Amino acid sequence: MNRRVTILGARSDIAMACAHAFAAAGDDLTLCARQSETLAEAAQDLELRHGGSVTLRELDVLDVDPQAFADDGDLPDVVICAVGVLGDQLLDQDNAAAIRSVLRANFEAPAALLSAYATAMEDRGSGVIVGISSVAGDRGRATNYVYGSAKAGFTAFLSGMRNRLAKTGVHVITVKPGFVDTRMTEDMDLPGALTAQPAEVGAAVLKAVERRQDVIYVRGVWRLIMGLIRLIPERIFKKLSL
Amino acid sequence: MGTQTGISGKQADLSGWGRFPRLTGRLTRIRSLDALRKALGPHPVIARGNGRSYGDSAVQVQGTLDMRGMAHMLSFDDSTGVLVAQAGVLLGDVIDSFLPRGWFPPVTPGTKFVTLGGMLAADVHGKNHLRDGSIRQHVDWIEVLGPDGQIHRASASENPELFDWTLGGMGLTGVILRCALRLRRVETGYIRQSLHVAGNLDRAIEVFEVATSRYAVAWFDCLGQGAALGRSVVMLGDHAEPEDLEPAQRAAPYDIPRRRPLRMPVDAPGFALNRHTLRAFNAVYYRAQARKAGESLVDWDRYFYPLDTVLGWNRIYGGRGFAQYQVVIPLASARAGLTELLGAISDAGAGSFLAVLKRLGPEAGPISFPMEGYTLALDFPVSDAVLALLTRLDAITAAHGGRAYLAKDSRMTAETFHKTDPRAARFAAYRDGIGARGVFASAQSERVTL
Repeated sequence: MNRRVTILGARSDIAMACAHAFAAAGDDLTLCARQSETLAEAAQDLELRHGGSVTLRELDVLDVDPQAFADDGDLPDVVICAVGVLGDQLLDQDNAAAIRSVLRANFEAPAALLSAYATAMEDRGSGVIVGISSVAGDRGRATNYVYGSAKAGFTAFLSGMRNRLAKTGVHVITVKPGFVDTRMTEDMDLPGALTAQPAEVGAAVLKAVERRQDVIYVRGVWRLIMGLIRLIPERIFKKLSL
Repeated sequence: MGTQTGISGKQADLSGWGRFPRLTGRLTRIRSLDALRKALGPHPVIARGNGRSYGDSAVQVQGTLDMRGMAHMLSFDDSTGVLVAQAGVLLGDVIDSFLPRGWFPPVTPGTKFVTLGGMLAADVHGKNHLRDGSIRQHVDWIEVLGPDGQIHRASASENPELFDWTLGGMGLTGVILRCALRLRRVETGYIRQSLHVAGNLDRAIEVFEVATSRYAVAWFDCLGQGAALGRSVVMLGDHAEPEDLEPAQRAAPYDIPRRRPLRMPVDAPGFALNRHTLRAFNAVYYRAQARKAGESLVDWDRYFYPLDTVLGWNRIYGGRGFAQYQVVIPLASARAGLTELLGAISDAGAGSFLAVLKRLGPEAGPISFPMEGYTLALDFPVSDAVLALLTRLDAITAAHGGRAYLAKDSRMTAETFHKTDPRAARFAAYRDGIGARGVFASAQSERVTL
């Protein structure tokens, strides 16, 4: 296909799975992360497996001028934002600095960066913006509402951008992976049937870009689960442990 | 969350491809050298690749290290075919990446779902052992994390002892991190196959002994009795040249029709597999193959990996799992040894879907499985009767100077192992010498006392 695909927060397992999916489809990649030189072997691996070119670019999402970053170099055809941290709900919930840092990494920084790309793509009149959000943003729960509220904000931000850009030729995709078997979730006991492999996420994102889908859940069952969870009346929901 | 010192990871059900024996132990995903170093000591550990060894070679209750997270391909030299890659890379991915550029693995086991590290640890052989040797003959160098926590590079000329004992050493000398593997140049993705029907064992051996092809393997109907003992179809093969292909194929000689994988969703019920269904299956398969006798063109995936298309085929043997039995009988006593083995199997009425015979070339490594002779591989659903039969087969193998393949074994006793493979004592001594014994151990190495 030979699109130019930029991946923000390229170190994560989901980002790497996206990189493999798009590289296998014939695209050239720019992988952006902190200490990007440590991704050199991953970049060689992508080039050897799939052909195509892979470029590394330094990005510290909490310490970057988003517009300058988006405007530096060729504007990609597709930008995928996989920036985020899970945090630790119990440690974070009573700690203002920790809350702020989870909100920044999962909402503020991704929103600012994708906004910068949106502006440039709108000027050009084409492009695809992909935000990796989370089912955790569909309803706040006691067990992960710091992370969840940041993702809820990001989901709303993506939805608004999609609405704004709908008539410009720029397409915005919201990805809600559900449970994924990654480093982020390594210490959790996840139910097998609800848990996707990173490669499934990569394939789903590629498909969403090619079919210009709007909001995707990687495993369809999550759309049902979260639909039901959203339907529970608050006076009942607040007493549940989910 | 996160790793402190020693082994982290989760309790997991651990078994090999045969799903026998089943153990529960600590499984740690290794994604970095740091994590790997932290996982060494005080308890013994064993590296695990894609879990395709059949028994308990890649199982350690105290610490099994899942190495599939270290799976980068690092460089490829288009003039020599040398691929440098981390040990967690899957063989199937090597084929996907390099066959379109004209390169194929020099040696391959019967599944592409193995890691390079697992292939080296077992020093795997293929249908071309007589001609090309085992994988060790195609490895320029390896890097091994030793019991000292240091990375050692080893080749035929650098640290040759470590190289020798690691290839075939079943992960017991250290953790294989990287390797440089020489791929083979091929001009197409097809194999020119010729099928030869052999009415009995003698005929099959005759076909093997005169074969000049690169690849040779025989499929057995192991329920054949009397004069039909060893009734088989011998499949010879060579990489096809472009002129062997149809004009349409010649335009894209490395493209093959993709097979849609099937998945064995649940365990087959125990009664599905008995001597009658097996006899029927074997007879039908034999006749179907015999009808196809002669020359044909087969793509690499169907030729080398016929079972890979049924994902999870190991579940066909039902809940208790199965035991794969593979031994090699030296050339001089091959005929007598194989006749006795097949006779004992036939007498017991135990059969297997897959009974495979291959000719092996000379022994190369100090602990590698192959030796000049014939190797027979069968699998059996595990039962008390089958385990008793395998013990009888052990005795026949020992009597004929043969030995078993550790990558397949799940139940051999220490006594049988040391009796049939006297090289074990030297291997154990080498392990002691480098301080590997308390650091690297598998359920298998503990069982056979290595």
